[in-house]
Amino acid sequence: MKRSTRIRLWVIAGLVGGLEVLCRTEVIGRFTMIPPSEMILGLVRIVRQGDMNADIVATLGNVAVALVSAIVVGFLVGALLFVLPRVRRVIDPLLATYYAIPIFVFYPLLIVLLGLNRFPQIAIGFMLAVVAMIVNTLNGFDRVPQSLLKTARVYRMGRVRTTFLVILPCAMLYIFTGLKLAVAYSFIGVIAAEFILSGEGLGYEISFAYNNFENATMYPLIVLVIGLSALINMVLYAWEKKYLQRQTER
Amino acid sequence: MSTVQAKTTPHAVVTGVTRVFPGAGGRAPVHALGPVDLVLARGEFVSVVGPSGCGKSTLLEILAGLQPPSQGTLVFEDRPVCGQVPDGVGVVFQENAAFPWLTVRENIAFGLRRAGVDGAEVARRVEHALGLMGLADFARSYPAQLSGGMRQRVCIARTLVMQPRLVLLDEPFGALDQQTRLLMGDELLRLWRETGATVLLITHALDEAALLSDRVAVMSARPGRFLDMVETGWPADRDSRLVEDPRLGAISARLWSRLREESLKAMSTGEAAR
Repeated sequence: MKRSTRIRLWVIAGLVGGLEVLCRTEVIGRFTMIPPSEMILGLVRIVRQGDMNADIVATLGNVAVALVSAIVVGFLVGALLFVLPRVRRVIDPLLATYYAIPIFVFYPLLIVLLGLNRFPQIAIGFMLAVVAMIVNTLNGFDRVPQSLLKTARVYRMGRVRTTFLVILPCAMLYIFTGLKLAVAYSFIGVIAAEFILSGEGLGYEISFAYNNFENATMYPLIVLVIGLSALINMVLYAWEKKYLQRQTER
Repeated sequence: MSTVQAKTTPHAVVTGVTRVFPGAGGRAPVHALGPVDLVLARGEFVSVVGPSGCGKSTLLEILAGLQPPSQGTLVFEDRPVCGQVPDGVGVVFQENAAFPWLTVRENIAFGLRRAGVDGAEVARRVEHALGLMGLADFARSYPAQLSGGMRQRVCIARTLVMQPRLVLLDEPFGALDQQTRLLMGDELLRLWRETGATVLLITHALDEAALLSDRVAVMSARPGRFLDMVETGWPADRDSRLVEDPRLGAISARLWSRLREESLKAMSTGEAAR
């Protein structure tokens, strides 16, 4: 294990340990926060009892639909804008200012349009994630060096072969950055939307527990969301390190 | 002088080639090159030197079929070059053109696989190229794990495995230090002798052109035209030990005497444009 990783783990362990001590000594009251060890035990209890399984499945399902559609649509729109520079010149300022818009203000409108069901939550997750995917796809295509495109021409490769054998592999590093951001944004969008108005999902359960002062349920669910997000990011990071970072070692 | 005649069988013939880039955003068109005429004989090593921005790389790209001439004609092996890189032409660019997501071995095999060469033949040629270019120990490395010189060797190997009959090199050693340039030049000469290919080298290094070439074409400032053709008279089995030969200094001096005025012109044009 690297020294920096060891130090990082020690820092996290120290923070969690410190929080445990503060909670156990009642410096932080139980009404505010339960000790981290109880959060873990509570999480184990929730998973064992299976009471929240339907919510976990609902949230992960919503995130998956939002994420996959954001990746597909974001990539296709990015590719389309790349080959249509005039349209891109019109759209570019909108993409640049997109994240200045609080997407959640559209939630009531989405309920009117899509109904009081899971689709407004998916739509929020999608809307947050899709632009990260578009921007990074464009960024990746922009950064394909001319020398590689000329090399493709020297080998007399057509447009389709050049796209699949040169442009896409070359842009993959940036597209993957878009994918990582899309994962984070779709999680944020879906869970936050569940907070606002939903009858199921982890966001809803956390909000419900909060409103009913059920710290013993709320904190384990928060730990679950953090754990899921961290796990997905760790898998993506490991994949990126194994397959993509070797391209940029120097 | 804007016409350069080869001594033996013509391999590639450039006739009256001009390149004018259309002005963008209301700016005036840029006359980058020509008209130029050049005849490359089969199996000879010709270098082109000239001031920055004189159209050397444009000439190479036109010859490779990577961009069309505004006027004039190009013939390679008795067939006109139009809109596509002709079969039998290999190009090595100045910039790093190794595919970063492929290993050295996969990079070298890339063109062969695209051309549908049989797997056993691909393996044989790639192994040979790895050995020839001193890359055998790095076959499974990625370009990012190699030095600049080694990456350029990968690109040269990738070009040579295709067994091109005309090799076009656009300042391939531009980013390398002087010692590595000399060694890479030796390797290039060795490969040239072994393959018998015709080589056109674009370079801004006068000593490199003088050392490597049978003939050196000197270009004027933009729009580039040929001012002179210097025959070096070196034997085919030459290498970098020629640096000890006083004739090398004389050839470089002659090239510089033709280029000095042009370089000053190019500099003043460049400064005026700033």
